[in-house]
Amino acid sequence: MDTSTNTLPLKERLLALFEENQEAIKGPSTPLVNRMRKNALSMFRKLGFPTTGLESWRFTDLTPLLKTEFEFDFSNQSRSMDIEKIFTCDVYDLDTFSVTLYNGWFVYQNAALTRLSNGTIIGSLAKAMEVYPDLVDQYIGKAAKPEQAGLTALNTAFMQDGLFIYVPEGIKVEKPIQLINIVDSEHPVFLQPRHLIVAGKNAGVTIVQCDHSLTHNISFTNSVVELFAEDNADVEHYMIQNKGRNSALITSSYFQQKKDSRLTTHAITLNGGFTRNIMDASIKESNCHSEHNGLYLVDSNQHVDNHLFIDHEAPGSYSDQLFKGILDDEARAVFSGKVLVRREAQKTIAHQNNKNILLTDEAKANTQPHLEIYADDVKCSHGATVGQLDPQAMFYMRSRGISERSARQLMMYAFAMEVVQKISIEALRDRMDHLVEKRLKGELSICDQCMLHCNSKEPTTFNIDLSKI
Amino acid sequence: MLSIKNLQVSINGKLILKDLDLEVKEGEVHAIMGPNGSGKSTLASVVAGRDTFDIDKGEILYRDQNLMDMNPETRAREGIFMGFQYPVEIPGVSIANFMRTAINEKRKHLGLEPLSGAEFLKLMEEKKKLVDIQSKLTNRSVNEGFSGGEKKKNEIFQMALLEPRLAILDETDSGLDIDALKVVANGVNKLRRKDNATIVITHYQRLLDYIIPDYVHVLYEGRIVKSGGKELALELESKGYDWVKKEAGAQIQG
Ligand SMILES: Nc1ncnc2c1ncn2[C@@H]1O[C@H](COP(=O)(O)OP(=O)(O)OP(=O)(O)O)[C@@H](O)[C@H]1O
Ligand SMILES: [Mg+2]
Repeated sequence: MDTSTNTLPLKERLLALFEENQEAIKGPSTPLVNRMRKNALSMFRKLGFPTTGLESWRFTDLTPLLKTEFEFDFSNQSRSMDIEKIFTCDVYDLDTFSVTLYNGWFVYQNAALTRLSNGTIIGSLAKAMEVYPDLVDQYIGKAAKPEQAGLTALNTAFMQDGLFIYVPEGIKVEKPIQLINIVDSEHPVFLQPRHLIVAGKNAGVTIVQCDHSLTHNISFTNSVVELFAEDNADVEHYMIQNKGRNSALITSSYFQQKKDSRLTTHAITLNGGFTRNIMDASIKESNCHSEHNGLYLVDSNQHVDNHLFIDHEAPGSYSDQLFKGILDDEARAVFSGKVLVRREAQKTIAHQNNKNILLTDEAKANTQPHLEIYADDVKCSHGATVGQLDPQAMFYMRSRGISERSARQLMMYAFAMEVVQKISIEALRDRMDHLVEKRLKGELSICDQCMLHCNSKEPTTFNIDLSKI
Repeated sequence: MLSIKNLQVSINGKLILKDLDLEVKEGEVHAIMGPNGSGKSTLASVVAGRDTFDIDKGEILYRDQNLMDMNPETRAREGIFMGFQYPVEIPGVSIANFMRTAINEKRKHLGLEPLSGAEFLKLMEEKKKLVDIQSKLTNRSVNEGFSGGEKKKNEIFQMALLEPRLAILDETDSGLDIDALKVVANGVNKLRRKDNATIVITHYQRLLDYIIPDYVHVLYEGRIVKSGGKELALELESKGYDWVKKEAGAQIQG
């Protein structure tokens, strides 16, 4: 824990912290990774934290958050903790291979790194750099774009641990791999987990990433995911976010798709003080499927931001974005979905849609669907709506004897279900269905998150007030 | 059952219904006819409780209760049903879920236990037969992508499930093919009891061959300008509205 540089602005503090803690940060990293750090640090020095002066951050102001006196931890103190003592895991029918990150550090419940009999490797990225340096070096940093994003540069400079998954050619991993990210600290913490996921040729894998906080303290998670889908790989990536209102979670996911690969992502935000999901998919080769779904249900002064960039670099691919949100109180949502269809990306089909329901006059949604097309033989569509629940439908339902409250719930639930139904894991879909219903009734607590039930802290419920339009 | 006196309704300062009186008793069937824009749907909506209209004066009593004090859902639970001229699409809400919620909220209002899933399904099967509605329709979202005729049939299906005391059917016959018209009329007739009443709003005498009205009223420029028996509908069918309009004009001037 380092507090010596507390009085400096966060950017300067981080630069100083890097110098002071170099040895700890480098740890067992490969030489390549350490070279990346140096470059990334100078990029961060140049770019700094994003400001509202940047087009992509116009509606999202980090300044107040950056004034926090965060604490940093450059060594893994949680590796041997008994995670079961902190929460009980309630898995229902969802049978997963489950791993936990506690304050950004991999928890060695069984082993730091597991190699399944089919060759699949699942475990700590820090450990993987030690045990499989060549494999890590082959992919790490190849998808992320630190030169474009200060936060990604920062993460790259400081990255120490996170989830590493490698699925070898032709292997279909049967069980979903579940990553539980837990933030739990008495002090405001600044965490920078880094995840690296590789699905080899013809491989198949599903990753469920659950973000959860056991604390009501301020936390800032600046996480970066790099995910590679090689030829004809089949990857599903879920993010399920249910965090306290003092937590900030920024996840920058960089996806790279090779020929014939299929990628489906789901970003479901049930709660979170400040949430920004950056999804950057590069379709490098032809005939890919790139589908991105999102749902956000936010109230009080929560802020949720989904920022997508789909880069069609090669012909004959399909991309689809469907993001829907319900906003209560003074909640704020930002959606920015950009599709770039390059000249060589003929026969591209690209759709994007963002729909928002505002329950109050104070709630706000900014939506910017955006297509940039340089090829001439393409089919693209985009749409965005921001509105209230349909008053005609409301009267129709009430005229059948349904109360205003129930009518609202039915409509909001139906609105959300379009996204929930895209979840292909049945047990997860049922669970999410249930959670969304609870959330809309104002009965969901943050300690009620995805598959686990927190039993150690006071539950906090966030209410979408149904008595308002 | 329904007693409307001296009703005046406007929207954004524009008068739509003027000094309207209507008396409907248990067991009766009333038909309301009249040219486009004369206020028929407005009348139906006001009884159902749509709040986009201003009630300037008059009263509406339903089973001796003042309707103005009741919100639309309470009116429905007390037995009022309006078949919409333009049924509304509700994407993502299945008919089954919609109707089960409606029935159980009504039952709660009446102090009855909610229907279980199985009981509800049984009831649905029974009523489906009555209106000859296909299963694939009831699994779909309410009215979403339904054809005009399917929407109208769905209104009758809902009516059959809710078993209202007072049904107001606003042009439920328009857009129906001849077979569907018979099915709808048949549905209405089967649901007729001594203690309920029906108001059918229609442009066509044809429906009234199947649902025989006790009274026919002509609504013109927000007033009921003529009332009679079922033969009035036949007369309107052959002569149009001009003569009624002339009479009404004379009345107003005189
Ligand atoms: N929301 C509204 N705003 C302004 N005028 C309205 C509104 N609703 C109805 N009106 C007007 O009130 C009058 C009566 O309309 P209404 O729908 O009741 O007629 P109708 O008799 O049902 O006609 P139709 O036979 O065409 O169904 C019309 O002139 C219509 O334009
Ligand atoms: Mg009408």
